[in-house]
Amino acid sequence: MAEQTDKPRSFQEIILRLQSYWAAKGCAVLQPYDMEVGAGTFHPATTLRSLGTKPWAAAYVQPSRRPTDGRYGENPNRLQHYYQYQVVIKPSPPDLQALYLGSLEAIGIDMGRHDIRFVEDDWESPTLGAWGLGWEVWCDGMEVSQFTYFQQVGGHDCHPVSGELTYGLERLAMYVLGVEHVMDMPYNDPQAPIALSYGDVFRQTEQEYSRWNFDVADTETLLRHFEDAEAECQRILEVGADDPKTGKRIIMAHPAYDQCIKASHLFNLLDARGVISVTERQAYIGRVRTLAKLCADAFVQTEAGGYVS
Amino acid sequence: MPNLLIELFSEEIPARMQAQAAHNLKKLITDGLVEAGLTYSGTKAFSTPRRLALAVDGLTAESPTVREERKGPKVGAPEQAIEGFLRGAGVTRDQLEERETPKGAVYFAMIEKAGRLADEIVAEVLEQAVRNFPWPKSMRWGAGSLRWVRPLHSIVCILEDEAGSRIVPTDIDGIKAGDMTEGHRFMSPGRFSVANFDQYASLLKRAHVVLDPEERADHIWQDATNQAFASGLEVVEDKGLLAEVAGLVEWPVVLMGQIGEEFLDLPPEVLQTSMKEHQKFFSVRSAKSKRIERFITVANRETSDNGATILAGNQKVLAARLSDAKFFWENDLRVAKSGMSAWTEQLANVTFHNKLGNQAERINRIAELARDIAPYVGADVEDAEKAARIAKADLSSEMVYEFPELQGLMGRYYAEAAGQSGEIAAVCEEHYAPLGPSDVAPRAALSVAVSLADKIDTLTGFWAIDEKPTGSKDPFALRRAALGVIRLLRENNLSLELSRFLDAQLMRHLIALNGAGAENEIDTLEEILQEIVKAGVFGAAYHAVLDQREAGAVAAKLAETVPDISANLLGFFHDRLKVYLKDEGIRYDVIDACLSGELNDDLQLVAERATALGRVLETDEGANLVQGFKRANNILSQAEAKDGVEYSFGAEIKFAETAEEKALFAALDTAEADIKVALSEGAYETAMTAMAQLRSPVDAFFETVQINTDNQVVRRNRLNLLNRIRTVCASVADLSCLEG
Repeated sequence: MAEQTDKPRSFQEIILRLQSYWAAKGCAVLQPYDMEVGAGTFHPATTLRSLGTKPWAAAYVQPSRRPTDGRYGENPNRLQHYYQYQVVIKPSPPDLQALYLGSLEAIGIDMGRHDIRFVEDDWESPTLGAWGLGWEVWCDGMEVSQFTYFQQVGGHDCHPVSGELTYGLERLAMYVLGVEHVMDMPYNDPQAPIALSYGDVFRQTEQEYSRWNFDVADTETLLRHFEDAEAECQRILEVGADDPKTGKRIIMAHPAYDQCIKASHLFNLLDARGVISVTERQAYIGRVRTLAKLCADAFVQTEAGGYVS
Repeated sequence: MPNLLIELFSEEIPARMQAQAAHNLKKLITDGLVEAGLTYSGTKAFSTPRRLALAVDGLTAESPTVREERKGPKVGAPEQAIEGFLRGAGVTRDQLEERETPKGAVYFAMIEKAGRLADEIVAEVLEQAVRNFPWPKSMRWGAGSLRWVRPLHSIVCILEDEAGSRIVPTDIDGIKAGDMTEGHRFMSPGRFSVANFDQYASLLKRAHVVLDPEERADHIWQDATNQAFASGLEVVEDKGLLAEVAGLVEWPVVLMGQIGEEFLDLPPEVLQTSMKEHQKFFSVRSAKSKRIERFITVANRETSDNGATILAGNQKVLAARLSDAKFFWENDLRVAKSGMSAWTEQLANVTFHNKLGNQAERINRIAELARDIAPYVGADVEDAEKAARIAKADLSSEMVYEFPELQGLMGRYYAEAAGQSGEIAAVCEEHYAPLGPSDVAPRAALSVAVSLADKIDTLTGFWAIDEKPTGSKDPFALRRAALGVIRLLRENNLSLELSRFLDAQLMRHLIALNGAGAENEIDTLEEILQEIVKAGVFGAAYHAVLDQREAGAVAAKLAETVPDISANLLGFFHDRLKVYLKDEGIRYDVIDACLSGELNDDLQLVAERATALGRVLETDEGANLVQGFKRANNILSQAEAKDGVEYSFGAEIKFAETAEEKALFAALDTAEADIKVALSEGAYETAMTAMAQLRSPVDAFFETVQINTDNQVVRRNRLNLLNRIRTVCASVADLSCLEG
């Protein structure tokens, strides 16, 4: 009976419940990063803040784009634009698993009826020069989250270690709401005067972006932008730390990292256009990784990165 | 006699690591205890997803006192040396004892190491074990620096004896050992204390944790087969999956579910792979038709609805997965029925290796070599080419993209759908074999031809670009490819001269690698290729073609490189053959003896010769003949070195003086004739046996005849006779390679 009354009724309610839950557990609830990224991990609140010694606790929704996953809004599960919910806490608290399970209960998963499992799944991001150990979390055989203890980011050992939780929101919500096709999922309250489904909000954009990603995006422009972002990232970091105008030490790790994010997304777009061969792929990934490492090197020289002058 | 209980309680340990971890814990702890002087009567180790546990029974309560006598410096040695000795031995000056030795008065220290309590030793050994635990991958967490496979939460370490049970005090990176543990995460939350192993195991069971992984696996298998049987079905056995699933649960609950009707016509392998890889489900099939109809999943808990929600969730996930698989299968079948050309064309966009070109180029080369090989293995030439051209088409299919482990098998289904004959379709699946030791080599001639061509193409390719395996590095699995060739030849009893194919395929690679340069000479190069097929080796083919015209730059380069690379690769095959035959119990030196002769590129022949020689050497005749041969060889070599001539011809019976000498002449005549006949018939054992018949005449000859007599004619004749022993034996094997 509890399961009946406590069930969320819409996609947004699940997000709102996660926000309240993690806020109550002491996380700073951040807003999405205002750039195109492939996953919530790219948000500087995770990548950069997992570096250095300063404690950190944040939770946020991150719109994420994976151009190659576009299916013109027709596939029940696949989207080129989707949402991730991300929690990152440094140092990882000893009860992180219990906190995570509490969040599942908060969104209406009755622990008494479901089978939750932590199945080995180590995480690695070659573009970020990052890896960690952890699990994919299964609920009745379905992967509902990724749970990772970061060991290295941007080539730097993480010490202390951050615990990272990533929820694939659409998939999780479809499961909780019992929806078969993502486009049929209620976005807001189905009883609302203007009830909107996920499809009402996103079907058209999925079509538009799928077409653009696969067939229309101008590859020469993308390639040029990739190279520009790469050059700008390196240039920013080569500028000295001392700002002549303010007389302060200002290392521009975040502006540089924005360029790294851009390069990474441009690479994903080029990949979706099918113009990157298997051998070139590795080279591109290596170039983005180089940028990510430079940004990480810079960040640990800043105050937020634990630098003490 | 205390009993020890250790539990290391952590977050979820990867299933694949649990068994080894339990074993390592047992070894590290018991080795440590024994090293410190303790003994024990028995030990058991267990693992669950969240814990490693170890029980050590009948531990001695303390280690024995050890007395050790240590010899120090001489009396009157420099003060520094004496001080140093005192420090090292941990004694004071007045405890030293002076003793007379043959080298004068020397100080001796009597060191007594007091016995230590088991508690103290256990604490130390446990800390060492935790800190040095050999996890395949380990991590840090929080702000600590300890490494474990996943965060380590608590440690139970208790000793129990007649007086009761006590905690062994220890603190590893802030984790204090205690007597508290916890049960099932969801079914029995909360911690409880334990006093000894039996109580621990039974309290855990009450708290919904089955400690013993074998017990969990047995329970799963029993329950799964019972449920299937009740529905007239059977579970498809999969030991690896069973062990893995037993490592994912502390309280296994077996649930059988339905597979949607619309998916039942998928190939069984697709169903099975999809269910196993993604969901870790067992397949359940009809006992009669063997059609997969249901699945078994293993949950980690009981629920009030008897697993209904869990099963429904799993069924839903499976349906989504199988819809994908069905979608791939149907799309793929469409491409297959239109002739698969879309796939083979697509392979031109897939790089095989940046120096060795794309998959389409690779397939062209394999097809050409398959044509060359076909007649030698009894396959039709045109069919061999056709099969080679589609054998890897399924690499472009959606199903293989999703499930790489289904490559080949899907190719077979798709080739059949494309209307190819059963033999050709079988090649798609069989040409990868043999992959591992448990995999059998294909038997069908067509599959053998393409399988050999595939492997030889890979080997010659990496030899052509000089990327051979070194040490433990063999990223392209070239050792396995060479072993595959050997097994194909052995298991099909195929005698063929490998060099001609190595040479031809090396040429094809080198032509491609020389690019535009080779284009200008392509006619000449093609002609050499044709000749290799006829003449059997590169050298002869090269001369046959280029004696009549000027060699271009590429041809000239090939003349320099092909024979060396080919010989090197053949050497690699020989090394693999030795390893392979070693497993059949044939010694390296026996194989060496058979490699030095002609036709050593016929690996099946070499193997047969080595097997035969090995058998003959096990007989008295064989073993003694080797001694006789070596003696003859030594005397002959010495005489040749001394006299500066080669005694290689012309032993005449008329100069023979003794009966034994004459008998040897006769025996050699007989052996020579017998060996010749046997060899021409490929009867190696007969040839070897004929050779072994020389044993008694050779022995008798050496016993009675003096080689180095004053009569030079007789001496020369005898030396020439020894040479006949050498040459007759050499026609069978090079016995000088043999050890002992």
